[in-house]
Amino acid sequence: MITHPRTEELAQAVALWIDQIRPTLDPRNAFLARVAANAMATISREITQGPAAEAEAVRLMGEVLGRSGTHAELNAELCDRIQSGEMTVETPGLLAALTVIARDQIAIDQPNYRPEGSLSPTP
Amino acid sequence: MELDVRAALARLAHRLGGAGATLTEAQRLSGGASMETWAFSFDGAAGPERLILRRRSAPFDEETARSVSLATEAKLIQLTGANGARVPTVRHVCDDADGLGEAYIMVRVDGETLGRKITSDARFDAIRPALARQCGEALVAIHATPPPSGLNLKTVDAALELDRYEEVYRAAGARRPILELAFQYLRKHRPEPVDPVLLHGDFRNGNIMFDPEIGVAAVLDWELAHIGDPAEDMGWICTNSWRFGRPDRPVGGFGDYADLLAGYAAAGGRPIDLSRVRFWQMLGSLRWGVMCLTMYLSWRDGAEKPVERPMIGRRVSETEADLVVLLEQGL
Repeated sequence: MITHPRTEELAQAVALWIDQIRPTLDPRNAFLARVAANAMATISREITQGPAAEAEAVRLMGEVLGRSGTHAELNAELCDRIQSGEMTVETPGLLAALTVIARDQIAIDQPNYRPEGSLSPTP
Repeated sequence: MELDVRAALARLAHRLGGAGATLTEAQRLSGGASMETWAFSFDGAAGPERLILRRRSAPFDEETARSVSLATEAKLIQLTGANGARVPTVRHVCDDADGLGEAYIMVRVDGETLGRKITSDARFDAIRPALARQCGEALVAIHATPPPSGLNLKTVDAALELDRYEEVYRAAGARRPILELAFQYLRKHRPEPVDPVLLHGDFRNGNIMFDPEIGVAAVLDWELAHIGDPAEDMGWICTNSWRFGRPDRPVGGFGDYADLLAGYAAAGGRPIDLSRVRFWQMLGSLRWGVMCLTMYLSWRDGAEKPVERPMIGRRVSETEADLVVLLEQGL
């Protein structure tokens, strides 16, 4: 890969520029510009964190299914086996694997999102 | 289009306020994809009036096809209001002579609707502990309103809801193991049917006007009203996507389950089990996940390409992060 600049740095540069011009825009376009800057940040995170997250997902799904394969193959088989009722919340390791996969994905899509159970209840 | 609305509101000022009435203010507040909200005022012989216009600006799209007409919405606000619900006062339902298309006018209610302000702004610190109970109370007057006939309201239950969302999910072609597991789990754990009641259908933080002094000021946005399980309205306001960064406060990011349920029972509502609310809350996360997929599809397949649609598509993973925890906890 080219390193000067790296791809995620290009995405960061575009996001910074969008933030600079945002104050000059009308309310609707200012909103859309904020969404666009967020999209660039998501792209940047996917480039930096995506490969490790996908490798982890492939490993975890492979363990649950007891076989190897690509992400798309394992993901599709997991869906099929849940849809058919063969796999359930009782299936050993399934929920634990899906929990890690979900956390890795939300870290890319919305790192500031606080999922259910992520703050302890207030006394 | 903006000029048209202003001109029509100026004419409407005459119709509502008499010949000498003049439009003194008109400002567009928000724009959904298909709905516009305007704040406007006029001054006439009977004094100034501060009003809200709600009008449909585009034809129904697939997602909103389930919604009721604005005339029905206005009728439901009037009926539930007459039954004691905290809702705005409908001032006028527009007809062809108004030139505003499908629209109605209501009296402006002061307060805050932005979810994050309700959960986090210091202005709401004093009233916040009372809000969950008030939400329970507010639902009773809605649920106790006899469902009007002739308005074409749909009746749904858990099985129908699951069918509908699974159909949309399958048609989308996305493969998401957590959504699959949620469909399977919720089908196995459907609660016993209950007598269906009139539901608001979109009762969540963001669609309720809160006043820092009095709490619930008005329940807004009635377009998804239908008939069904009273716990559906409770589960939706407990869905984590509408807690705005406060998952530790299950009701809207501001309160606890016990207060919501106690407020409902104290106001005369038929007591509802927490597990039933939690079922609808989990279904709420699944519903929002499927709706996010739908938003992405409308960008992929539609003529309009606003950038927020595919980004909402990326919000499916927030519902998955919530669903795995709910599946682990069980109902």
